[in-house]
Amino acid sequence: MNKVVNSVQDALVGLESNMTLMLGGFGLCGIPENSIAEMVNMNVTGLTCISNNAGVDDFGLGLLLQGKQIKKMISSYVGENDEFERQMLSGELEVDLIPQGSLAERCRAGGAGIPAFYTPAGYGTEVAEGKEVREFNGKPHILESALTADFAIVKAWKGDTEGNLIFKATARNFNPMMAMAGKTTVAEVEELVPAGELDPNEIHTPGIFVQRIFKGDKFEKRIEQRTVRQA
Amino acid sequence: MLDKQGIAQRIAQDLEDGWYVNLGIGIPTLVANYIPEGIEVEFQSENGILGMGPFPIEGDEDADLINAGKQTITAQKGAVFFDSAMSFAMIRGQHVQLTVLGAMEVSDHGDIANWKIPGKMVKGMGGAMDLVASADNIIVAMMHTNKRGESKLLDSCSLPLTGINCVKKVVTNLAVLDIKDGAFHLVERAPGVTVEEIKAATAGKLVVPDHVPEMSF
Repeated sequence: MNKVVNSVQDALVGLESNMTLMLGGFGLCGIPENSIAEMVNMNVTGLTCISNNAGVDDFGLGLLLQGKQIKKMISSYVGENDEFERQMLSGELEVDLIPQGSLAERCRAGGAGIPAFYTPAGYGTEVAEGKEVREFNGKPHILESALTADFAIVKAWKGDTEGNLIFKATARNFNPMMAMAGKTTVAEVEELVPAGELDPNEIHTPGIFVQRIFKGDKFEKRIEQRTVRQA
Repeated sequence: MLDKQGIAQRIAQDLEDGWYVNLGIGIPTLVANYIPEGIEVEFQSENGILGMGPFPIEGDEDADLINAGKQTITAQKGAVFFDSAMSFAMIRGQHVQLTVLGAMEVSDHGDIANWKIPGKMVKGMGGAMDLVASADNIIVAMMHTNKRGESKLLDSCSLPLTGINCVKKVVTNLAVLDIKDGAFHLVERAPGVTVEEIKAATAGKLVVPDHVPEMSF
């Protein structure tokens, strides 16, 4: 199987306006930078983006927000982006804020064929509005449904021609679950190797979930908060 | 009266050997700097690391290694990385012994509001709702009053809730308080702070025992 595509343009063929997308990353860590930049070039609009955060004003998903390409965000925390907050408070941008653990599990469920599940997170808050409640072990839980996407765009450290992926450190975060839940999953990697080079024991995401893989041209890997201590 | 460091230092006194602990952003992250002598705890960060270490030495920052507050960190020996579904399985599955987080408001029934001020600040809840819904042992670290001098310990929260009936203990710049039976119970005073000052700053129901010791450091 050869899932390799030669360019980010080839990777995103078929990605159209008004689609629902999943984008991996936590803050700016583990985001598919090259694909996001290409989506700006493609000028696709009306997108529904499922991603834990919204980037910062001039990097990550913030670039798509600047270009007014996103119609709706489904995220858990959007605090780092002033343009985001402005568009949200003015009503230009629809936002669904959902608990981070529920977001992760909803993506996993979407890829795993579990249409819905019960979780205690959000019971008693506005997150529970309109949702079925059931008690387990004497404690109320709310019913959350699976999330899927037309395209899931993930970033990995290493990948092979079969689409098997290995992630690095905390750049892993949402990428594995989103890879499972996309109808078409695109993986951008730092290192692309032939099948057989990655140890099967060490692969984090099996290639069965990945349809297209490409080596990113460059990764800025911006740091949001550079915190250090004295030697 | 304590400052943020003092609040963190007092909370750290409650750490027990062998615990797994999740620290929220803000004052809670400072708890990691005051682990008592002779005990070992492991810090879990919701974005996918167990065994979170201190900030790196300048020059050693790794963009792929951050905490829940998006700050660069290091990994201790024996650390492990995992994805977000696994992370919240640890949290929701009650494998973490202590959760410390900040708040805007806490009620005398243990409700907590820490994610939204309608029309003004809507940053999102992040992992807070999962943490408070699942943890057995939740300590809130916060100032006793807000910037306008109003009490943050209320009889009921006015801001959108993060969780209900979940907070067991609050440590502020003025006091340590337990929450049970619909009231804040005053357990300790901060150094130099009187019971009267604490009463004046607490809007919710407050139970004060005959003798309230001062925190010791």
